[in-house]
Amino acid sequence: MTTVYEKSKMLTDAPMSYCPGCTHGIIHKLVAESISELGVEGRTVGVAPVGCSVMAYNFFACDMVQAPHGRAPAVATGLARALPEGVIFTYQGDGDLAAIGTAETVHAASRGENIVIIFVNNAIYGMTGGQMAPTTLPGQVTQTSPYGRDVKTAGYPIRICEMLATLDGTAYAERVSVNSVPNIRKAKKAIKKAFENQIAGRGFSIVEVLSTCPTNWGLTPVEALKWLEENMTPYYPLGVYKDITAEEGK
Amino acid sequence: MANRVTVNEQICKGCGLCTSVCPKKIMVIDRDKLNAKGYNPATVSDIEKCIACAMCAIMCPDSAIKVEKE
Ligand SMILES: Cc1ncc(C[n+]2csc(CCOP(=O)(O)OP(=O)(O)O)c2C)c(N)n1
Ligand code: SF4
Ligand code: SF4
Ligand code: SF4
Repeated sequence: MTTVYEKSKMLTDAPMSYCPGCTHGIIHKLVAESISELGVEGRTVGVAPVGCSVMAYNFFACDMVQAPHGRAPAVATGLARALPEGVIFTYQGDGDLAAIGTAETVHAASRGENIVIIFVNNAIYGMTGGQMAPTTLPGQVTQTSPYGRDVKTAGYPIRICEMLATLDGTAYAERVSVNSVPNIRKAKKAIKKAFENQIAGRGFSIVEVLSTCPTNWGLTPVEALKWLEENMTPYYPLGVYKDITAEEGK
Repeated sequence: MANRVTVNEQICKGCGLCTSVCPKKIMVIDRDKLNAKGYNPATVSDIEKCIACAMCAIMCPDSAIKVEKE
């Protein structure tokens, strides 16, 4: 018998605290597999956020720090500067990264810090019960937008990858999705590439991963995959927004 | 001999993502079983039909599935 697929050794035995069918777990697997395949688990330090992934330090089998309230990129900056050989990443939700910690995110990118950001965009504040996030879609019903997000008063969703791609300090920005097996394979490639960039000292890499929140979207896990495809991808197109390695190759 | 698909029944949350992607439709939720957390775990109904594609395992957020090819 040959093993075709088994749980990554870069994940601990702790049962994940996510709701059934929440794709946070799939993204954890891709991060873990990438770090393992690159053989850098011994020098990797991850930074967990606030939000449902606040306890990510229980799940990744590498050194981890927990940085509350959107400050993960600032903590990662310190780690990357203190540990030049370190492989430093953050794992952040959209409430954490695109609202609470927008300043830290933008400035880490503009400084070209040598870190990887895994940005989990599920268009909602998950952990706190489904409030509207900056990434909530126009018209999307949440706890705090019961009639749907009204852009006249609540503004428009922020496209983080497009925004950060305009900064000279950003080396790599790609948006992927984990709503199907082919998309998961592409997401894995992007995440691994971001880690390769970090190891090569190329600077700031962000991979935005469109993810589901079945619980707060009020859908079954399978329905949520479809909702993501039909509603999130049109507003948040998948693709590479910046890649300095591709530009160098031109 | 058939391929082997092992579901960690105590870790499984019965979410059904694996069942939705299995091309052979042999990944199913076992309604007659409950795990310690109170979820109906996933199971393979007809292992002879399994092609060891690992789509179920790739899709599982909880890394509950191991796939082996004969
Ligand atoms: C400055 C600040 N405001 C509000 C909170 C409360 N809070 C904790 S987790 C969270 C939501 C995080 O949502 P998101 O980052 O989208 O992650 P998800 O839970 O959806 O994965 C909020 C608002 C906080 N911890 N700090
Ligand atoms: S609340 Fe949403 S984002 Fe949080 S674990 Fe549950 S499904 Fe996932
Ligand atoms: S390995 Fe493929 S065919 Fe076998 S149970 Fe999983 S998804 Fe179905
Ligand atoms: S995807 Fe994983 S957790 Fe969900 S039902 Fe299948 S085995 Fe269980």
